[in-house]
Amino acid sequence: MTDRTSKSILPGGTRARRSLYWQYLVEPYLYLSPAIFLIGIVMMIPLIIGISYSFQSIELLKPFDTGWVGLENYQKLWSDRKFWLALENTFWWTFWSISFQFLLGLGLAMLLTTQFYGKKLFQALVFLPWAVPTFLSALTWAWLFNPVIGPLPHWMASLGILSEPYNIMGDPNLAMWGPIVANIWFGVPFFAITLLAALQSIPNDMYEAAEIDGASAWQVFTKITLPFLAPMIAITVMLRTIWIANFADLIYVMTGGGPANSTQIVSSYIFTTAFRKLDFGYASAIAVALLFILLTYAVFLLWLRKKLVKT
Amino acid sequence: MARIELKDVVKCYGTVEVLRDINLDIKDGEFIVLVGPSGCGKSTLLRMIAGLEPISQGDFLIGGERMNDVRPRDRDIAMVFQSYALYPHMDVARNMGFSMEIRKDPANERMSRVKQAADTLGLTALTERLPKALSGGQRQRVAMGRAIIRDPRAFLFDEPLSNLDASLRVEMRLEIARLHQKLGATMIYVTHDQVEALTLADRIVVLNGGDIQQVGSPLELYERPANKFVAQFIGSPTMNVVSVTGGKNKVTTADGVAIALPHLKGTERAVEMGIRPEHIDVVDVNAGHLIGIADVVEHLGSDTNIYVDVEGLGPILVRKHGNIPAKTGDRLGLRIQSENAHAFAADGVALRQTNTNEA
Amino acid sequence: MTVARSKPILTAGKYAALLAYLTFALFPLYWLLKIAITPDQLIFSEGTTLWPSSLTLDNFRTVLFQTDFLYYFGNSLYVSLGTAAATTLIAAGAGYAFSRFDFGGKKIIIAIMLITQMFPLLMIIAPIYKMVASLGLLNSLTSLIVVYTAFNIPFATFLMQSFFDGIPKDLEEAAMMDGCSRFQALRKVIFPLTLPGLGATLGFVFTAAWSELLFALMLISKNEAMTFPVGLLTFVSKFSVDWGQMMAAGVLALIPSCLFFIFIQRYLVQGLTSGAVKG
Repeated sequence: MTDRTSKSILPGGTRARRSLYWQYLVEPYLYLSPAIFLIGIVMMIPLIIGISYSFQSIELLKPFDTGWVGLENYQKLWSDRKFWLALENTFWWTFWSISFQFLLGLGLAMLLTTQFYGKKLFQALVFLPWAVPTFLSALTWAWLFNPVIGPLPHWMASLGILSEPYNIMGDPNLAMWGPIVANIWFGVPFFAITLLAALQSIPNDMYEAAEIDGASAWQVFTKITLPFLAPMIAITVMLRTIWIANFADLIYVMTGGGPANSTQIVSSYIFTTAFRKLDFGYASAIAVALLFILLTYAVFLLWLRKKLVKT
Repeated sequence: MARIELKDVVKCYGTVEVLRDINLDIKDGEFIVLVGPSGCGKSTLLRMIAGLEPISQGDFLIGGERMNDVRPRDRDIAMVFQSYALYPHMDVARNMGFSMEIRKDPANERMSRVKQAADTLGLTALTERLPKALSGGQRQRVAMGRAIIRDPRAFLFDEPLSNLDASLRVEMRLEIARLHQKLGATMIYVTHDQVEALTLADRIVVLNGGDIQQVGSPLELYERPANKFVAQFIGSPTMNVVSVTGGKNKVTTADGVAIALPHLKGTERAVEMGIRPEHIDVVDVNAGHLIGIADVVEHLGSDTNIYVDVEGLGPILVRKHGNIPAKTGDRLGLRIQSENAHAFAADGVALRQTNTNEA
Repeated sequence: MTVARSKPILTAGKYAALLAYLTFALFPLYWLLKIAITPDQLIFSEGTTLWPSSLTLDNFRTVLFQTDFLYYFGNSLYVSLGTAAATTLIAAGAGYAFSRFDFGGKKIIIAIMLITQMFPLLMIIAPIYKMVASLGLLNSLTSLIVVYTAFNIPFATFLMQSFFDGIPKDLEEAAMMDGCSRFQALRKVIFPLTLPGLGATLGFVFTAAWSELLFALMLISKNEAMTFPVGLLTFVSKFSVDWGQMMAAGVLALIPSCLFFIFIQRYLVQGLTSGAVKG
């Protein structure tokens, strides 16, 4: 065995080796190289530069103050009340968004596995929010919450939720719900589509067998559907969590992080720091902190996935 | 038309060897069947011949020319795939003529060859259909048409009939045999079905676990299997194998019945005896070598299969021509046609027969 | 599946749920359209009623002919189409390599691509700004195309890989036995079969590029180079009282996405699951 494998390079000589190299080393990279090149230049190198920025003072407004400052940015971050507030906001933003997106998405997916008249049209229309450009979803919902042209404050007032029709995005206690509702609207189709595909992959004879065994609809749902979907649900929810935690567009357009930073999440804080204050060093430090938090989460996720796949 | 040679061919995936020391000399015009259980490496071997899988070691020659590093397109070999691999976006005629299209042969020649092949295979009325509008058998024919149209040096078949139902399979098997007679081309055919192997092959190559077990004509494999694996793989129903103790020109079963095997060399080394179901006679209870009780009796019309429970030896299958009036629970005597019995040494190798003149 | 088979209450509940979802999904879009076609003078008196007493297309006319809207629209179209074409081409190559080859470093490259899907893109906004600025490419639509293309490659690659995986390997091998080189097999056999996949990928990437906002905000500041989202945001601050015009602009911005959405609809389930499960 050993002497055979060591011998295996010899016969055939260079010609065989060249063809093997061609097929296993060169040719795939020929197809891959543009992708690798672009990802490297536009994502990987900036990532490294970004990490190095976090140890420097780079403020475009103070061009003569540039230089290495060690951990200064991180010390500043540690005592930055706004950062900790943003972290807390990130948690609530992500938690409520994902919970509602998932539950409503699951409900929609279940509905879409049943038969009803006009299903194709229904499906296309319900999935439509997913196709609406993010900035437009944000603007639309901002307008809907505006008492001048939007009906929502008036409805909420007449339902007794609000004392009078005012814009909830001006109220630090409620403002976060504006972007969250927009996010739910925008994200339900994603979950519905993903879960629908998973539901359709459940073999039909499992349902038939359950029916023959006399299971009720509720039993079928809890004993067959949910366990079957569980691994897929876990992975999708977790990946989506990361995505939503990073997702600053809605918040930036709808509230800009205000009022009084009550809707500032970490990623929108990065953007405002970089874009408005042009303080790249500090923005990069926040970004590294966020990356670190998400990385920890991702490692946990991969560990969990391994466990789930095994069982 | 060409002779195909494989010399010390090895295939590794990483450090795992899936084929070892394959030596095979296929004569021009020969019909070779590679047979073995799934995972034995037979398809890999075929794909190496086709050029779809690189050869890790050794030499592969077509017509005396080394072909290891020649691309599939330049080997001038046609292949019929298990899945047929018809191009879904091309009609039947274009599917069949695709190789000539690629080689930029003149269109009118291509047309006439396609028409000729379609006539041969009974596809004339279907040439404008897309593959999805064809039945399984028709697709199979198109796949064969695609191979024969270019008159290659050799044909490769990768389990071509395994997706067809039983009756179509018999029909297509005949068709392939006829095709071989007509074209006289070198054909290499992979299957796990021993009936296909026995009916089609000039020579059969039995593979197991990456090694060639035996190469020989169908009759040779049936009559003189080289080892226990081949003995049990070839022949249906499967050969009975019982543990024995070796002795001079005889073997002795566990319950002390001695069976003389004068036609075998070195019976002292035997640990098992093999006997095909059709080589056991049903006799009166005390007239045979063994006594047992019929457990299940299958009346197939032309044959009768009797599963006999022999005390101390376990179940023995007996097959007799015609209808034998046996029924479950009968006590039967079994006489072994000892001249047709095989014996195997501890390593599974069959003991050589005295009358053969193999080296 | 078995829910709502015969019981009338369940059936009624089901249709009520369907209606609720439909309303939730469509109402905001309806509102967008409604304000856009409400005459200016009625907005404050009828701004919150469900249906205006008279309709007008004036807002669309104003937006199209008296603002920079068409500029932005054109810029966005250019950027999105450019990104979609470049990404699809590059991702098709990468997806093909992942689907058909086994090679050293494959796992690492896949891992890197997955990681790029996870880390906060905003993280690199500062370095990218400085890189683009030092190349003198701020306010250039080409730089946007390059950046967007890189961002979209990983997902598009996994999508294309799943489409290639769906095409049996036998077909290429048969083509190679028939005398094709690998590239000929790709062009004559695989390419025609993967057209729907290419279309779907184009659609996905187009939609993504069409709605990207934050990087465009950072990299583009000149009015004539603004893409649609950036332009519309400046609209909002400039004409903060002219609701009708903004919503009309919004409705117009919706059109290309919706067109693509209709086109890619049937690939959504296939594409998203393969993308999601692999993650």
